[in-house]
Amino acid sequence: MSTNRPKSAWMRETYNKSLEKMPERPVAHKTLSGIAPEPLYTPEDLKGFDYDQKLGHPGEYPYTRGVYGSMYRSKLWTMRMFAGFGSAEQTNERFKKLLKAGQTGLSTAFDLPTLMGYDSDHPLSKGEVGKCGVAVSSLADMEILFEGINLEEVTTSMTINSPANAIWAMYLAAAKKKGYRWERLGGTIQNDILKEFIAQKEFIFPPEPSVKLVIDTFEWGPKHVPKWNFISVSGYHIREAGSTAVQELAFTLADGLEYVDWALRRGLEIDEFAPRISFFFNAHNDFFEEICKFRAARRIWAREMRERYGAKNPQSWALRTHAQTAGVSLTAQQPLNNIARVAIQALAAVLGGTNSLHTDAYDEALALPTEDSATIALRTQQIIAYETGVTHTIDPLAGSYYVEWLTDEMERQALAILEEIRRMGGVVRAIEEGYFLREIADASYHFQQEVERGERIIVGVNAFQEEGLQVPIQLVDPEVERVQNARLAQVRRERDPIAVQVALEGLRQAAKEGRNTMPHFVECALAYATLGEMMDELRAVYGVYEEPVLV
Amino acid sequence: MDRRIRVLIAKPGLDGHDRGAKVVARALRDAGMEVIYTGLRQTPEMIVSAALQEDVDAIGLSILSGAHMHYFSEVRRLLEEQNAGDVLLFGGGIIPDEDVPRLKALGVAAVFGPGTSTQDIVDFLKQAAPARWAAQEG
Repeated sequence: MSTNRPKSAWMRETYNKSLEKMPERPVAHKTLSGIAPEPLYTPEDLKGFDYDQKLGHPGEYPYTRGVYGSMYRSKLWTMRMFAGFGSAEQTNERFKKLLKAGQTGLSTAFDLPTLMGYDSDHPLSKGEVGKCGVAVSSLADMEILFEGINLEEVTTSMTINSPANAIWAMYLAAAKKKGYRWERLGGTIQNDILKEFIAQKEFIFPPEPSVKLVIDTFEWGPKHVPKWNFISVSGYHIREAGSTAVQELAFTLADGLEYVDWALRRGLEIDEFAPRISFFFNAHNDFFEEICKFRAARRIWAREMRERYGAKNPQSWALRTHAQTAGVSLTAQQPLNNIARVAIQALAAVLGGTNSLHTDAYDEALALPTEDSATIALRTQQIIAYETGVTHTIDPLAGSYYVEWLTDEMERQALAILEEIRRMGGVVRAIEEGYFLREIADASYHFQQEVERGERIIVGVNAFQEEGLQVPIQLVDPEVERVQNARLAQVRRERDPIAVQVALEGLRQAAKEGRNTMPHFVECALAYATLGEMMDELRAVYGVYEEPVLV
Repeated sequence: MDRRIRVLIAKPGLDGHDRGAKVVARALRDAGMEVIYTGLRQTPEMIVSAALQEDVDAIGLSILSGAHMHYFSEVRRLLEEQNAGDVLLFGGGIIPDEDVPRLKALGVAAVFGPGTSTQDIVDFLKQAAPARWAAQEG
C-alpha cells in the first residue's frame, strides 16, 4: 500500500487548517510510557516494512502475530482467575465454584507469611494469616487446598517466588499421594525471583543463591514434570510498582535472558529448558501501547533466542504469556467504573495475543474480591471471547500503520534498555546497584505528578468526581489464624520427627554443597516438614537479603 | 526560622508493595518536610523506636495487605507505652471504608485511600503538626 500524498503536505494543508478552526485539546498526547504519537500514521511511516522479517505468519518466527498457528480459532486463551484467601478450606471452595462457573485453569494466591517463607504461627505472621491469599505451611494445607480437584485435568498456577521450590514440592507431593502422575501434571510456578528484587520485594535470600534455587527447577523440572512451566517471568509486578510499559517490557525480557544465562552456565541445554519458560505481562489502560507491548515482546524474545543464543527448537523461540489487568489502575472512587477499565484492558491483552488471562475484580482497590465481583470479572472475559467477534481472525490489528509503528518504537526503546543493562553487567549487577529501584521510583513519581497537575485524567479521581457509592466487600475472618495454627500444631505433633529431621538435614547439605535442592524439597514436603522449617535451613546457609533504602 | 515538619514513613509487616510509600515520601520531601523512610518489613517496635529516635511529628503507615487493624493498633499501643501518644499517626493503602471509623477510634488522625492527591497529605501535616507544637508549648 502506498500513497503519493506526503504526510507533511497533509499536515500543512489539512490538519493545520483544522487546528485553526479548532485547536488540539490541552492534554498531553502521549502514551503512558511517554511516547508521543503523531496525529496520523500513513504508509510513509512503514516504508520498507519487511513483513516476513518483522511479523511472520502466526505460529511462525518471529511470532509477532502469535505463538500458535490457529490461535483463538482453535483454543481460546486460558481464563485463569487468581484466587486465594483465608483458610485452605475456603480457597478450595472458591476454586470449585470458579471451575463450575466455566473457568479453565486455577491460579493460587498465597498469603504474605507463605510468600515470605514463614509458618502461620511465626511471630512475624501475626495479623497477616490468610489476609491477601491462602496460608500454606505444610503438605497438610496443600492437600486440603486441592481436595476433590482432578490435578491431571486442570492446570494450576501458583504465585510463589522465594519459597517456590518448597511450595511446588508440596503440590507434587499432594498429587503423588492422590495417585496423580507427575508427567501428566500441568501448571506454572511463578518462581521469578529477579522481579522480586526489582519490584515486588518478596525476597528472602540474596540475589545469587536465589537465582541458584530457580535454576534448580530449570534442571530438575523437565526431567520429572515435563509439562510444567517452572517459571513465569513477570513484568506484571514491575508495572504495578510504577514502571512504564516500555520499562516493563525491557526489564522482563532482561530477567528472562538473565535466567537463560545462568542455566547455560549450569551446563543445561537451551532447547531443553527454554520451551518451558513462560511470561506474565500487565494489561494496562493505554490500549494500543499494551497491544504493541505483547507483539514486541514476542518478536524480541524470538530473535534473542534464535539469533543470540542459537536455540534450534521453535518452541524455545515462542514467548507464551499470561496477562492480568492492571490492579494499579483500579480506583477506590466509583469502583463500578473499574468494570469498564478491566474490559478494555482485557481486550487489549486479547488483541495482543495473550495465551492466558486474569481479569481483576472491580473492588480490588478496596479489598479482596467478593464472589460476585470475581464472577463479573470472569464474565467479562467470556463476553470478549464469545460476543465481540475479535477471535475470528488472528492478530487483527497487524498492518495498522499506527500499531506497526508503535510496536517498532517500543521494540527500539526496549532494546536500548536491554543494552544498558548488559553494559551494567546484567540484571543481578543492576539490582545490586539500585538501578531498577531508581528507574521505577522515578517513573511512578512522574506519573503521580502528571495526575496531580491534571495532565492525566483519571475518571472519578481527578475529574468527574462524585460522592458516595458503596459496594459490598470481602472481609477475612480473623478466626482463620487460630484454625490454621491449630492445624499446624497438629501436623507437628503427628508427623514422624526423625523423617523430618533427616529430610531437612538433606536439604541443608544440598544447599551447602551447591547441589540441586529439588529432590530434597520433595522429601521434606512428603515428611510434612513445614515451609518455615525448610526456609530456615536455607536462611542458615544463604543468609537473608536487605535491600538498600532508596526513595 | 520556620520549624520543619519531621515525618516517618513506614512499611510495617511482610508486604513489599512500596510504590505509594515512596511516592508519598518524595512528595512530602518536595514540600519541604524532613522525611525518614524506614524501608520494608518493619515491626511495630522498630517503627516506634525509629520515630522516637528521630523525634518525628508524625508517622505514616502504608499497608496494602489487609493487616491494617493489627499494625495501627500495635503502633498506637507502643506510642502510648512510650508516653509519645501525641505523635500524629496517619496512613494509607487498601483500607476498606468500614475500617476507617475503627482506625479513627484508635487515634489514627487520618486515613488516605487510593487516589488521594499527595497535596491533601501535605495539607493535613501542615495543619496538624503546628497544632501539635502549640499543644506541646501550651
